[in-house]
Amino acid sequence: MSAVITVLITIGIIWVLLSESVAFFREVSIVEFLTEKEWTPLFADKRFGILPLVAGTFLTTAIAIAVALPLGLTIAVYLNEYAHARLKQVVKPMLEVLATIPTVVYGFFALTVVTPFLQKIIPGLAGFNALSAGIVMGIMIIPMISSLSEDAISAVPRSLREAAYGMGSTRLQTAFGVMVPAASSGIVVSVILAISRAVGETMIVAIAAGQQPRLTLNPLVPIETITTYIVQVSLGDVPHGSLEYRTIFAAGITLFVFTFALNNISFWIKKKYQEKYD
Amino acid sequence: MTNSDKNRLKDKAFQVFGIFCTFIGIVVLGVFLVDIIIEGAKRIDWDFLTSLPSRRASRAGILTAWAGTLWILVLTAVIAFPIGIATGVYLEEYSKKGRLANILEINIANLAGVPSIIYGLLGLELFVRQMRLGGSLLAGALTLSLLILPIIIVTTREAIKAVPRSIRDGSFALGASKWQTTWHQVLPASFGGILTGIILALSRAVGEAAPLIVIGALAYVPFVPGTPMDEFTVLPIQIFNWTSRPQADFLVNAAAAIIILLAITFVLNGIAVYLRNRQQKKVKW
Repeated sequence: MSAVITVLITIGIIWVLLSESVAFFREVSIVEFLTEKEWTPLFADKRFGILPLVAGTFLTTAIAIAVALPLGLTIAVYLNEYAHARLKQVVKPMLEVLATIPTVVYGFFALTVVTPFLQKIIPGLAGFNALSAGIVMGIMIIPMISSLSEDAISAVPRSLREAAYGMGSTRLQTAFGVMVPAASSGIVVSVILAISRAVGETMIVAIAAGQQPRLTLNPLVPIETITTYIVQVSLGDVPHGSLEYRTIFAAGITLFVFTFALNNISFWIKKKYQEKYD
Repeated sequence: MTNSDKNRLKDKAFQVFGIFCTFIGIVVLGVFLVDIIIEGAKRIDWDFLTSLPSRRASRAGILTAWAGTLWILVLTAVIAFPIGIATGVYLEEYSKKGRLANILEINIANLAGVPSIIYGLLGLELFVRQMRLGGSLLAGALTLSLLILPIIIVTTREAIKAVPRSIRDGSFALGASKWQTTWHQVLPASFGGILTGIILALSRAVGEAAPLIVIGALAYVPFVPGTPMDEFTVLPIQIFNWTSRPQADFLVNAAAAIIILLAITFVLNGIAVYLRNRQQKKVKW
């Protein structure tokens, strides 16, 4: 019986998001929502274009992945192909500590350590910006990419590695010529899950990225993400049932669609390419 | 330089780069922790732990925040514990492997990937508005329970899976029913693993701020909650609130509160790791 609860939760999420959004879209057309370039539901002159929020979300996510993918993948390869087993035993749990730190703490880190540091290097950097938030988010998801990729690489049969060494390959050639391509589906899954995580991450961006929805790819200025907007409205006194109240559900369903699609793609890849070597 | 020399050089270069990358994460972590401790340690004293929040940074304390965190922890555990374990046991022991089980599995995987703030929206509409719980501890705990349910279910299943077939067969051979086998054999045998999962899930719940902000948990609560229906705040929200103020004094407070929050998180994770290691050592089937 209780297994049904998980289905009920899913239905509940979709029902809540849909019912409030439908009420929202009765007053605001979907076309306006998707194409309008300004998002100002809390101002007197209301505009309901989700694009600036999507742009902000995309920007922080892209920065996070740009940080986490090379680092995470290198760590995975290094720990698997180069490091002593004992080093791996020590380092892996230490890296996983990164994933257990509450995100509000990361936000504090981005605002008080990373932003002042970057401001010394980049003079024009605003106090709130997508860059610090993205970098710190990247650090947070390193263990996600490195752990999952490492599992994928170590699942590649030994025979492949030995064949590569037998042909006289160096460790580097073996790693990137044989192991990484062989584990590519698992690595792709880890990256997609990391993207999904970054898209939905809230507290880091709410603290460090600012609250100014704007349609830009400039990482040096304040932006606003979908999640930050929901937090911003939740902190204010928006009356239940008003149009402003419903905007957070419209923003929420947009976020849900993104992450739901990403999670399903990763699940599909995992199912499709699993046990290829068994 | 021959080709193989070049390749060997590249190999060495990557090794150095690999060490660099591996340790950069750890170094950043170290820098961060040291920074926080230097910043916040001077603020931590008995008064800080036992004072109510205040508009004056030097007098503000975290009594209501950690009391709220404790309440939320206990309530969430009480709600999520039975449902999560029951679901895990059902899926692993009772459900037939078929289409329905497959759908449930995909569904649970999907739920685990839903951003926490979406759970906040669900809680806001379901518990705060429909069930009229308001921004109460109960609404917060229910919301967090939904959030951590997938984690508990997955780890429960893993723990039960690790119990070997022979234990069940032995129990059945003695004439025990399915229920008796599950209740007296499988559950006790997998209890360590289940507990590990629950503690990990709770440590996740302790750090969550976003869903609780959405359901309307407040940053300023001038009293210690006494019943599950009271309004509340938690440490992450208190930290968020102090971090978003312009005065530097509040940042020191935030750092001090972070030390407390990290201590709770690390202790919970430490217990989980300890349990897992003990489990692995003790159990030899």
